[in-house]
Amino acid sequence: MTPKTTLNKKLDWILIGCYIFLVIFGWMNIYSSSLGDASVGFDWRAKYGMQLIWIASAVLIALVIVYVIPARFYSVFAWWMYAFMLLSLLAVIVIGHEVNGSKSWIVMGPLRIQPAEFSKIFTALALAALMEKFSFRFTNKLDALAAFSVIGVPMLLILAEREAGLALVYLGFLLAFYREGMTPWLILSGLLAILLFILTLVTSPFATILIFIGMIVLYVSFYSRNFIVNSAIGLLAIAIVSFLPRLGRIEAISGVFNIFTPEVWLTILTVPAAIFFIVRSFYRKRSDRMRNALIAYLIGVGLVFSVDFVFDHVLQDHQRLRIESLLGIKDDPMGAGYNVHQSKIAIGSGGIIGKGFLHGTQTRFDFVPEQSTDFIFCTVGEEWGFVGSLLVIICYVILLMRMYNSAERQKSRFARIYGYCAASCIFMHVMINLGMTIGLMPVIGIPLPFISYGGSSLWAFTILLFIFIRLDFEGRQ
Amino acid sequence: MDINSDRKDVLLIAMLAVFALIVIKLFFIQIINSEYRESAQNNALKFETRYPARGLIRDREGRIIVGNKITYDIHVTPYNVPEFDTLEFCRIFDIDTSYINERFRYYKANRRKIGYQSMTILKQISGEQYNVFVEKGFMFPGFEGVPRTSRTYNYNAGGNLLGYISEVDQDYIRKHPEYRSGDYAGRTGMEEAYEHILRGKKGYTIYLRDAHNQIKEHYRDGEKDVAAVAGEDVITTIDAPLQAYGEKLMRNKVGSLVAIEPSTGEILTMVSSPGIDVEKLAEINKYYNEIVSNPYRPMYNRAVMSPQPPGSCFKVVNALIGLQEGVVTPANRYGCNRGFIVGKLKVGCHAHPSPLDFYQAIQMSCNAYFCHVFRNIIDNPKYDSVRDAFNKWKEYTESFGFGTKLGTDIPSEQAGTMPTAERYDRLHGKNKWKSLSIISLSIGQGEIGCTPLHLANFAATVANRGYFYTPHIQKDTPEHPIDDRFKERRYTMVDTSYFKEVVKGMRMAVNGGAGSTARVADIPGIAVCGKTGTAQNPHGDEHSVFICFAPMDDPKIAVAAYVENAGFGATWAAPIASLLVEMYLKGEISEGRKDLENRIVSTSLMHKVRVRKR
Repeated sequence: MTPKTTLNKKLDWILIGCYIFLVIFGWMNIYSSSLGDASVGFDWRAKYGMQLIWIASAVLIALVIVYVIPARFYSVFAWWMYAFMLLSLLAVIVIGHEVNGSKSWIVMGPLRIQPAEFSKIFTALALAALMEKFSFRFTNKLDALAAFSVIGVPMLLILAEREAGLALVYLGFLLAFYREGMTPWLILSGLLAILLFILTLVTSPFATILIFIGMIVLYVSFYSRNFIVNSAIGLLAIAIVSFLPRLGRIEAISGVFNIFTPEVWLTILTVPAAIFFIVRSFYRKRSDRMRNALIAYLIGVGLVFSVDFVFDHVLQDHQRLRIESLLGIKDDPMGAGYNVHQSKIAIGSGGIIGKGFLHGTQTRFDFVPEQSTDFIFCTVGEEWGFVGSLLVIICYVILLMRMYNSAERQKSRFARIYGYCAASCIFMHVMINLGMTIGLMPVIGIPLPFISYGGSSLWAFTILLFIFIRLDFEGRQ
Repeated sequence: MDINSDRKDVLLIAMLAVFALIVIKLFFIQIINSEYRESAQNNALKFETRYPARGLIRDREGRIIVGNKITYDIHVTPYNVPEFDTLEFCRIFDIDTSYINERFRYYKANRRKIGYQSMTILKQISGEQYNVFVEKGFMFPGFEGVPRTSRTYNYNAGGNLLGYISEVDQDYIRKHPEYRSGDYAGRTGMEEAYEHILRGKKGYTIYLRDAHNQIKEHYRDGEKDVAAVAGEDVITTIDAPLQAYGEKLMRNKVGSLVAIEPSTGEILTMVSSPGIDVEKLAEINKYYNEIVSNPYRPMYNRAVMSPQPPGSCFKVVNALIGLQEGVVTPANRYGCNRGFIVGKLKVGCHAHPSPLDFYQAIQMSCNAYFCHVFRNIIDNPKYDSVRDAFNKWKEYTESFGFGTKLGTDIPSEQAGTMPTAERYDRLHGKNKWKSLSIISLSIGQGEIGCTPLHLANFAATVANRGYFYTPHIQKDTPEHPIDDRFKERRYTMVDTSYFKEVVKGMRMAVNGGAGSTARVADIPGIAVCGKTGTAQNPHGDEHSVFICFAPMDDPKIAVAAYVENAGFGATWAAPIASLLVEMYLKGEISEGRKDLENRIVSTSLMHKVRVRKR
């Protein structure tokens, strides 16, 4: 066999197949949503025309990556490329162009490039180069610090460009970290913090603290000798305390009681006790689990009390409005909830099999803003219905499972870590984007991989995927 | 194989769980939920905004100062407009055809972007014009009228106090994300300050439309519509007829006139002249450039924004401080030989008997007497240095509110200026200054700047014999209670027992026979207490100043009048303030004072004010 045919046989055609399907299907939806006045004829300057050019160039890039550049190149030059990427992120902050409130574009003639889109490729390569070393351990503080810095620095720069969405995607690298031995508690406590934040907003600080105490009681008694008795006593106590706010209605003591809100009373009653037990456990040098749970409780209470502050002072106005509308605190279909409301109407109106190609009404009449970029999934949902949406999702699932599985099989640590990073990036993008269009997540404007309109994003995901395909191919030889 | 390889499965399970969640949600949106299913029959919802009526502004008796009238905005959906009779359209609305042609050129150029949306093409069309348009509506498909409220004014008064409303611009929307383009908001004065009460809440009506974007029907019989909630009224402390009368008195003069009810701190009248005519206020866009380019700056609320020297009115402040410090008693007499002369320094005075006691000094406004009092304060041996004594004096004046923001609810209130020791250090060298260097402070000249509101507040403080309420313009109502700070008595550092002495002097200034400076302010049957001021300034003739309150024993109104470059306090400010007092307390001007009223109303003093050309 010639070397070329060997290569072709050993390429991961499943990944390439998913890629081709998503890109072509994506283009069809962009065509439908940006068609406008059909009588004009094929317009190269319309979005569907431009996207064809992006696709053609992306295929060229993919060919070069697969057939020309050897895998060695990436591990040797990983740090150089990472440094170059940081420089270009910085440069954008200084000389970049502002588009829709984010200063993240470099404009060269007709070409507009968003370095933040490409930065995740180089971050993934740098992470692979860093963690490839056999001595690398997350338990080693210096190693962990280095790994977090590699994702932290570009993340901060991207935040400075006001692209909060693209910065958020970097949290996906934590999944790869987890695979490489980082403690799962970091991710779990992050999720727990989000849960407490949401609970505080939709219920009340008092209820949130009670629920949190309940979780801790269950956790601690799960590891105790008698789970049923201990947890029953704890939950009973919580049930009694939950009547605390009613004390304010008893006239004899309401004067004293109403000095503080119920959550402050709860804090006054529990926090000193928690501190006492923490201090005591340090002296007795045992019961680590209990102590950690109590420390977590203190942090959790602090978090609950800071929610109002974060909500009112840290978040920007539009971010606050988006969260309020997501959680249903403020129903405002003409205001902050407009995008999501229109997006849900478009997707929902698709029904089971959709209205058919080019027959969508919602998406073609520009009810949904950012139609062909961030909200492209509306067109999918409206014109192809539940079946089409499911097809796209299944395609993503196949792509991602294939990437994770194949990454795990790699003999080279570099290829494995890169594979995890790349897959996690794509996963974060898909999750955030789909979650946003169907109202599971607040509006965070990031593109849907391979489908959304845009040269930067298509090129970036193409490079991200095909580097892995090349690494995988060399690993099989 | 790595020790962590089982973690891949955890990741895969988490990932699958996320996608399962997304699929379940999709299933609900696309298949289960009927709300979206309705849209599945090729229909779309059209939200049409319903604008609320803006709240009214009423005066203290509930009389409407600012009301509403219905006007119409004309919206057009360019996509639905065939060729139409432009000439007839322009005839109905009395506009130029070039405007319509220009708009439609714009719509054509941007037809992609506009798509099926409707645009506002004309604003604030009157009811009469709109009726004609509706009759001929069949000629103009694609156009429709949307009712809006615009402002009407029942009194020609309070233009720059009331403020105007206008359509929000991009800059405003960026700062207030709850507004959309097309909304109106109060931009100055009370309209701005009480925007949150007046604005109400927008609602919307939902229509179904078909694939050709034609509106088909009311969505679910209006079940999901949200009605607009009208804005709530704001009750002000202003007395509308009195405000109108005050503006009549101040017409063709530059300055301001402020009246406060001493027992509450409520502002009864606040005139800044020249002001904005309410007719122009209603159509601010049309007149905006004219108003802004007026060299007399009608947008500028002089009553709270223009610090000026208070002149002799400030002698009363020094008199009170002197009494409290014990450096002067009512029996003290000082001579005056046409002025206060020490070496080369001379502060001139007018002709009057000499020596004078404390009361007569206020009555006849003797400069020399108050130079002595001020020297006694500053050179008081009780204090280690001139600097300490001066700082104490400054503390006293600040307790009256001078040099500070009083904390009213009127937008853009200014603090005015009081000199600091550091300022004199710079002027004369560190600690090189003494009481004589700053002697002009004794008669309210020099480095003092206080707004007419400060002066009116001071008159109210004397009327109350020693305390004041922070002046405010919003009336306390159960629906919209005012801040507690407006209900607190604010005492000065001068003991309340000393105030009766200056009240006696101020009464004599109005009604003390020969030598009284403010006899013109005397009103038959009402005991007015007052003090004139004639403030020298570098811009031209003296400013004419007057503060007063009445009746002496049960004060109902305290007034400060400030007429720029008009001359003696007794000539212009005193009659204006006393006419206002008379109108408020009696409801009319007595026969004997009609001539005075005529003289005031018919005189223009505008030419005396030098203005910079802009």
